Amino acid sequence: MFNKILTRARTMSPWVLHFDCGSCNGCDIEVLACLTPVYDVERFGMINVGNPMHADVFLVTGTVNHRNKKVLRNLYDQIPDPKVVVAIGACGLTGGIFREAYNVVGGVDKIIPVDVYVPGCPAKPEAIIDGVVLGLEKLKK
Amino acid sequence: MIEHVVSISLENVVGETAKMKVEGYRFVTLSCVEIDETTVDILYHFDKDFQLKHLRLTAPKDSPVPSISPVYFAAFLVENEIQDLFGIRFQGLAIDYDRTLYLEEEVKKTPFCKYVVIKTKPPL
Amino acid sequence: MSKTIIPFGPQHPVLPEPVHLKLTLEDEVITEAIPAFGFVHRGLEKLAEIRDFHQMIYVVERICGICSMIHAMCYCQGIEELMGIEVPPRARFLRVIWSELHRIHSHLLWLGLFADSFGFESLFMQCWKIREKILDIDEATTGNRIIISVCVIGGMRKDISPEHVNWILSELKDVEREIKRLETTIMTDYTVMKRTVGKGVLTGKQAYELGLVGPTLRASGIAQDMRMLGYAAFNEINFEPVVETDGDCYARCKVRFRETLQSIDLIRQAIAKLPEGELAVKAKGRPEGEVISRVEQPRGEVFYYIKANGKKNLERLRVRTPTFANVPALLAMLPGMWLSDVPVIVLSIDPCISCTER
Repeated sequence: MFNKILTRARTMSPWVLHFDCGSCNGCDIEVLACLTPVYDVERFGMINVGNPMHADVFLVTGTVNHRNKKVLRNLYDQIPDPKVVVAIGACGLTGGIFREAYNVVGGVDKIIPVDVYVPGCPAKPEAIIDGVVLGLEKLKK
Repeated sequence: MIEHVVSISLENVVGETAKMKVEGYRFVTLSCVEIDETTVDILYHFDKDFQLKHLRLTAPKDSPVPSISPVYFAAFLVENEIQDLFGIRFQGLAIDYDRTLYLEEEVKKTPFCKYVVIKTKPPL
Repeated sequence: MSKTIIPFGPQHPVLPEPVHLKLTLEDEVITEAIPAFGFVHRGLEKLAEIRDFHQMIYVVERICGICSMIHAMCYCQGIEELMGIEVPPRARFLRVIWSELHRIHSHLLWLGLFADSFGFESLFMQCWKIREKILDIDEATTGNRIIISVCVIGGMRKDISPEHVNWILSELKDVEREIKRLETTIMTDYTVMKRTVGKGVLTGKQAYELGLVGPTLRASGIAQDMRMLGYAAFNEINFEPVVETDGDCYARCKVRFRETLQSIDLIRQAIAKLPEGELAVKAKGRPEGEVISRVEQPRGEVFYYIKANGKKNLERLRVRTPTFANVPALLAMLPGMWLSDVPVIVLSIDPCISCTER
């Protein structure tokens, strides 16, 4: 009974945390664009939070490098279970155009487990919203 | 093409940049290019009324270059960057990140140099 | 008084990007601020050794997603100068149009984030709402919202059709009307004034000696704008740099706000004078020599140093981005300020960290 309410609450209003780990800003501003009037996901109860301990969904954009992989790991560990990780953009998936650069480790999944991959360079807001909705399926279980 | 280039040497780096400051030039940046195994080219770019002026320093890799950050404070950032990427050491930096501005311990190499010897921090 | 050290970032609600500031405080007042970077460093300049000089356009576009087209334009201008290519007039005017569209959307983005930094969320939403119209123009004319990839060496890849021209003009009219509607709020609102006037003051002399660029420099009373060099088609249209004299966060806000309206005017001028003709000339041969290319980005002057040796790959590509030049301003502005003013002051230089670290 209690679990049912919890699950319902979680899927109806997922709070998202966004971390830019070495992206070119293209995907970041698209993530922010999701929250602003034209796309406005806040009307569905999604809120962008600054504190990882409040978050359910973790949006990661960009490639991982040797310095921010520790920050990424740290943030991931702080998010309470159950959590969904959404990797956004070509760089977040594989390293994209930067994959051969010397300071690039690769995609987000080299460091933390990823549930949903959103392709695009940069990914469109529609795709990002779609990715988050897909991720919510995991919270339902 | 690059015009107005003045060649300088290790001894008069700081003197020449101080002269530029007196003449009212704005510091733009430094560019570093590897020439061969032992030397690099460091270009100092300055700007005044949309006219660029450059100082070209051909520096050996193994001796530290005097920092110009006491003259132009803004230079500390780019000098730290060159320390990171080329392994050249600057002496007398206003803020010294000790080769960790961009790179972490495990990748503390010199990505922009094909041949290099990493030097320890020079005495102040 | 005992000292406290507070870490600011890399994950901070106000900053969309990871940068770290180590703030030393005495009570509530900052005595020292040391920035730390490296969270976004990828090493793009090194990719010039793997990719050839045509492919590098797509890499430099991804130095920064916000001003990507202007990065590509600066790079192409450098290579064109090395190879002695004359860009057709239509392409030069198209470059002005798209680069100014990028400036408008970047400044609106900044105005929004700046409002958010002192908690004025409805202003943030308004600015971003207007911005979407500009992105629609980008999407309709090029096919992508942000990274539009229109520059090639020797000209442009895409054209603007006559139907689009009329539509763009009517959209710009809407955008202008909506921006003007925000004018009273941004310029006279009590909250905005209270949080920005007199914060982070830099005199003209200080700003010049620190080597600052762009709106940060122009807000201190120095008329330095690379568009005065007359690259692309800026020599054929009327252009006056926007200058303010107070040098505080409010002045920087005013400079960017007035530049947004000015950019709309520049686009109208460019569209009125848009000549007919071909879009690009073929780039033959390979670049050789050293060149410096400078253009004005939303955040200031961007500086490309290109060294080529007649091979497919460039020998060295060095990019000095505007935020890289503006970071020393933070070290000069922050000491003496309150901790609560840090987000406002940090955002007032319009930091773009992925530009800074590449």
